[in-house]
Amino acid sequence: MEVTISTAELLTTDGIPLKQSLRKAERRNKLRAFLLVFPLLLFIIVTFVMPIGDMLLRSVDDSQINSVFPNTFEEYKNWDKGADELPPEEVYKSLFFELANGDKRQIGKALTRMNYAKSGWKSLIKKTTREIKKIVKKGEEPVSYKDTFIKINKFWGDPTYWYSFNQMVNDRSSIYYWNALDRTFDEDGDVVLQDEKRRMYIKTWLRTFKVSVYVTIFCLILGFPVAHLLANLPLRYSNLLMIFVLLPFWTSLLVRTTAWIVMLQQNGVINGILVWLGVISDDGRIQMVYNEAGTLIAMTQILLPFMILPLYSVMRVIPKSHMRAAQNLGAKPAMAFWRVYLPQTIPGISAGGLLVFVLAIGYFITPELVGGKDGKLIGSWIAYHLKTTLNWGLCAALGGILLGIMLIFYWLYNKIVGIDNIKLG
Amino acid sequence: MNDISQSFVKFEKIDKSYDGEVLVVKNLNLDIAKGEFVTMLGPSGSGKTTTLMMLAGFETPTNGEIFLDTKPISKIPPYEREIGMVFQNYALFPHMTVAENLSFPLEVRKISKPDIKEKVQKALDMVELGNFGTRFPAQLSGGQQQRVALARALVFEPRLVLMDEPLGALDKNLREQMQYEIKHIHDRIGITVVYVTHDQSEALTMSNRIAVFNDGVVQQLSTPDILYEKPENSFVAKFIGENNTLNGVVREVNGSSCTVELDGGFGMVKALKINVNEVGEKTQLSIRPERVSIDKTTSDSNNFSGKIEELIYLGDHIRARLDVCGNNEFIVKVPNEGSFNHKEGDELKLSWNSEDVRALDL
Repeated sequence: MEVTISTAELLTTDGIPLKQSLRKAERRNKLRAFLLVFPLLLFIIVTFVMPIGDMLLRSVDDSQINSVFPNTFEEYKNWDKGADELPPEEVYKSLFFELANGDKRQIGKALTRMNYAKSGWKSLIKKTTREIKKIVKKGEEPVSYKDTFIKINKFWGDPTYWYSFNQMVNDRSSIYYWNALDRTFDEDGDVVLQDEKRRMYIKTWLRTFKVSVYVTIFCLILGFPVAHLLANLPLRYSNLLMIFVLLPFWTSLLVRTTAWIVMLQQNGVINGILVWLGVISDDGRIQMVYNEAGTLIAMTQILLPFMILPLYSVMRVIPKSHMRAAQNLGAKPAMAFWRVYLPQTIPGISAGGLLVFVLAIGYFITPELVGGKDGKLIGSWIAYHLKTTLNWGLCAALGGILLGIMLIFYWLYNKIVGIDNIKLG
Repeated sequence: MNDISQSFVKFEKIDKSYDGEVLVVKNLNLDIAKGEFVTMLGPSGSGKTTTLMMLAGFETPTNGEIFLDTKPISKIPPYEREIGMVFQNYALFPHMTVAENLSFPLEVRKISKPDIKEKVQKALDMVELGNFGTRFPAQLSGGQQQRVALARALVFEPRLVLMDEPLGALDKNLREQMQYEIKHIHDRIGITVVYVTHDQSEALTMSNRIAVFNDGVVQQLSTPDILYEKPENSFVAKFIGENNTLNGVVREVNGSSCTVELDGGFGMVKALKINVNEVGEKTQLSIRPERVSIDKTTSDSNNFSGKIEELIYLGDHIRARLDVCGNNEFIVKVPNEGSFNHKEGDELKLSWNSEDVRALDL
């Protein structure tokens, strides 16, 4: 039989093209749906998308200093480092006037930035500015600006100071990202490792990873049986147990963290009991807090609900008859669990795992309080630079890397498990 | 036939309680022969599923012993019983394809790959799903899932197959079709089947014998025709098929028959004496609607009249609801022969043979 497909446009009874008519009919609904989500959309854009965008821009932004010393940097680019030991006269001249006439507050900000590139800039320029202002006041015009500078301070004849300009001459700079990975630029603008005593980020990144992976694994090991129990007990008991799981959610994070300090410290509850039981001697009290172990223990307990809840929601809908069917078909209980039950919990395991890992990698308060010196995670550095050094560029770069890592994991996860397999409830 | 081959499955004095206070199954004694299709029929909570679960090994009898092929099986775990089972909601493993579901029982038995492939294909062909091996259960319709569950329960050649309301989730047409299919598969491979259902028509269609459960006790165990035509107590009479009841008191006992005086002074009925013994005992009379004649008289003097309350036209027959001897739920099925011309409100002459009236317990 021959089938003919009409290629003509479909029309409604009134002769209007069907698609147009459908669009018109749907428009009202679409508009209403949009208006309903609009407030939330606006909220998310203002409180989430914009701050993140601003942070990402800040991590590569170096325009402030360029607005303070525009001419100096312009001249600086003409310096042929191979031919001359020091920059040409024009560089000194531009700097002279820009320091003499510049806005004091803006220069102050720029100095902070310069100090990141090389420590010592701040005091050098402050001293120099005072001298320059004196010269300007007297109305003298120096014969050689270069010599004047060097006369004021001999460091102006030290090319290493000038080399550090290299990383600031562009409006956009990747220096913060390199700094966040213990790298910096050398005089030729090549990426090199920081001095050994200034390397701390790579170590912290690795520790952050290690702790996050361990916490995720511990949460899975501890959470899986609990979730299984919750999903299979009669409702009466499982509701009661669920309250125990959720109770930590309703308790302040600080309270829980400090409670762990009370439990784990050397004169704490656990050590006390162990000494009393004679398991350890009074001198042999175990150091369980203010180190990596403390971070691991406290974070595992705090993040455990995030593993249990997705697992529970997945396990609850696995029919009990599946384990029975598997046994009926000849599989021993362990085999039935491995082949039939476990594969069906994978959406829960991956949801819980991803959730716990992502939360752990950016965790701050708990590692900060119980981590001591060697239990701190990258979040602590972000907070430190945000509050103490005010190096927001570096903060933004650390945060940007964190965000990037999460996105990579998300992508990997989607590749391996498939994001539509995730189940949170 | 000797006794051992007679009872392939034997329940002996089985009691089952979950909480130590209520007996869910009471003193169950049941023998199932090899190759038989036995259905446990009963309302929900009657203990039929519990009995099935004890046989499968998921529940332990509180008392008594179950024998399979003359060996006691109470101590054998479910995975060593070699009993196939079709679960109520099929319990197909959603993360495995149809073929993987079927090869699972073979894989755990460490059967070689080529053999598995062959057996799986054979089982799929048996349920007419030969080309569906690579699909996932979620991609199948309810009826197809049902067949996969059936094939999976049979693929490892179990000694016995249990089915726990396997057709409960299907719509009516599909259910009837599957009933015949299961029956045909049973006829073809001759496996012993224990089937649980609360649907009496399903039980009547498929079974060699039916055990009617109520309140943890087997009320009657017989072939479908005997169960329908000769119910031994009023529960069975009410549960299987349609049934008219009249209450009364036994006035005279005469061998296998008796005479009953109806409550309310509506007269005397001659009936078969089933489970009443003495004069003066209260009884419930049971008459099947199709055994009541209209406009005829019998020599048994079981002649009464009833007022038509409602007539329902059903094509092949007319269903009349009458008020007879104080019971206004009395149903009569009139074959549609074209000669019935009564209206609602008319009085009808009714009669029945005394062999068709059974005096049962009240």
